[in-house]
Amino acid sequence: MIVLRGRGIVGGCAEGEALVTRETISGWGGIDPMTGTVIETRHELHGQSFKDKVLVFPGAKGSSGWSNAFHMTRLTKSAPLAMVFNKMTTKIALGAVVTRVPAVTQLDRDPLSVIETGDWVKVDGDRGVVEVTKRR
Amino acid sequence: MLLADDEKAMLDGAGGAAKQKAMELLVRYAEALGAERFVDTSNIAGVPGSSTLFLKKYFEEHSGDGSFEAVFSLYDLDAGQILPVPGAAANCCHLQGGMDLEHWAELGMSREAMEHQREDEAALGRHGVRIMKTCTPYLAGNLPVKGEHCAWMESSAVVYCNSVIGARTNTEGRESTSAAMLTGKIPDWGFHREEYRHATHRVIVDTPVASVMDWGMLGYFIGGAVEEEIPVITGAIAGADPLCHKHLGAAVASSGGVEMYHIEGVTPEAATLEQALGGRKPLVTIQYGSEERRRVYETLNANGHDPNVDYVMLGCPHASIEQFREVARLLDGRKIKTHLWMFTSRAVKSVADISGFTKQIEDAGAVVMTDTCSSIARAVPKGTKVAALDSAKQVHYLPAMTGVQAWFGTTEDCIHAALTGRWAGELR
Repeated sequence: MIVLRGRGIVGGCAEGEALVTRETISGWGGIDPMTGTVIETRHELHGQSFKDKVLVFPGAKGSSGWSNAFHMTRLTKSAPLAMVFNKMTTKIALGAVVTRVPAVTQLDRDPLSVIETGDWVKVDGDRGVVEVTKRR
Repeated sequence: MLLADDEKAMLDGAGGAAKQKAMELLVRYAEALGAERFVDTSNIAGVPGSSTLFLKKYFEEHSGDGSFEAVFSLYDLDAGQILPVPGAAANCCHLQGGMDLEHWAELGMSREAMEHQREDEAALGRHGVRIMKTCTPYLAGNLPVKGEHCAWMESSAVVYCNSVIGARTNTEGRESTSAAMLTGKIPDWGFHREEYRHATHRVIVDTPVASVMDWGMLGYFIGGAVEEEIPVITGAIAGADPLCHKHLGAAVASSGGVEMYHIEGVTPEAATLEQALGGRKPLVTIQYGSEERRRVYETLNANGHDPNVDYVMLGCPHASIEQFREVARLLDGRKIKTHLWMFTSRAVKSVADISGFTKQIEDAGAVVMTDTCSSIARAVPKGTKVAALDSAKQVHYLPAMTGVQAWFGTTEDCIHAALTGRWAGELR
């Protein structure tokens, strides 16, 4: 198991399969909040849903509707289980706060290099710890 | 966090439960950011308490109440309970909304949804919110001064506010602007701080940038190249009027997350290249020449295949009064063969009405609408398969939001498509 340490920005613990992207994600216009599916046409996750996955991504981009789109996924039960990301922005800080899922950033190793889609990831937002069990 | 006395008092409930919950949300948000304090703001642009029918019905079903106050409490403030919502403590305007209240049926909206929007607007007015209903508040009467701390949503307005006006805002969200509306506070982080506003990336332009389409393409290129960093644009670039900045800013905030750009010798914090860069060297220098221009044109036309156009959409971001005159001039008294919807703010539309531009455009067979756009409303004319657009931002979003094909070109290309039903745009 690999342990990454960083800063928790929303508390709580969650674990599940990772969905990893090296591309930043748009909220409004980039995801379908009813299903948690990425809809941006040229995005590498196009057509894939983060519902019930630990979303590992560089950060947020695009519309200021980012927090609203992720807040909506909480209502539609399509939210990710947790968020692990690199680049702090107002979009992602507010989005994580209102999605109310454990969220960790500023990790001591780049999560995009360590974590692959399908790995089992435990996110502890209270302690700022991410535990990774490789799929293979 | 270091809290001022008035902030502590609001957290302790001295201003009532809604202000208390608003401060609590702002503290959660500020701590997530790592902000150490708040700044005072009296210029807020958000979407307070607005709800789609989905949201209204969700709260009716789950909390027994889908009213403005319920949505504002449970959703905007994430308060967990329905609270009496006091009037805005700071100047607050409402940005774009879901539909034009006159042309709602053409947008495919139900009477129920339209009546719900009217109720929301009445509630906003009672809470002291200015109903601007636009993504371009800076063209509709909300023009801050240089250095003013603002709390704005709408990525294209945020980048205009920071870059062109030199006022200070982060890209705020619905929940933070609604909390700021009650408290007059926003985290002192990011673009509120001098040291954060310097450019890190230099873009050297060596191909002419002239039309609105060109400014959109330059912005789309830069957003893709610098992502969420701050560029300073130098080189063969001059003569940007507010319209050019509107399209440059909207595009950089669509392909990337740019919240501020500088243009050497033009924008207020870039009298010199050194000032824009804060005395440092750029981390990265990027060229924008004719080859880059060609590539971005092809990228923006990647969703256009069928030359038979059935819908032309103008007004992303919301059309300026100059664009009304330009479209009226290009139509030149002729009739269109496709649908043509042009979107703007209520303020600009009233000037266009008085000036006769609206009538000239409507006489051609077009529809002028306010408040929204095709992407926001997720609405295109019935049966639309192929759209033509002059906005890099709209072409970025519309195919993903509605599944239509889209061509991208100049305003002139779009009007030509509206008059002939055929796309004949090419890079010139």
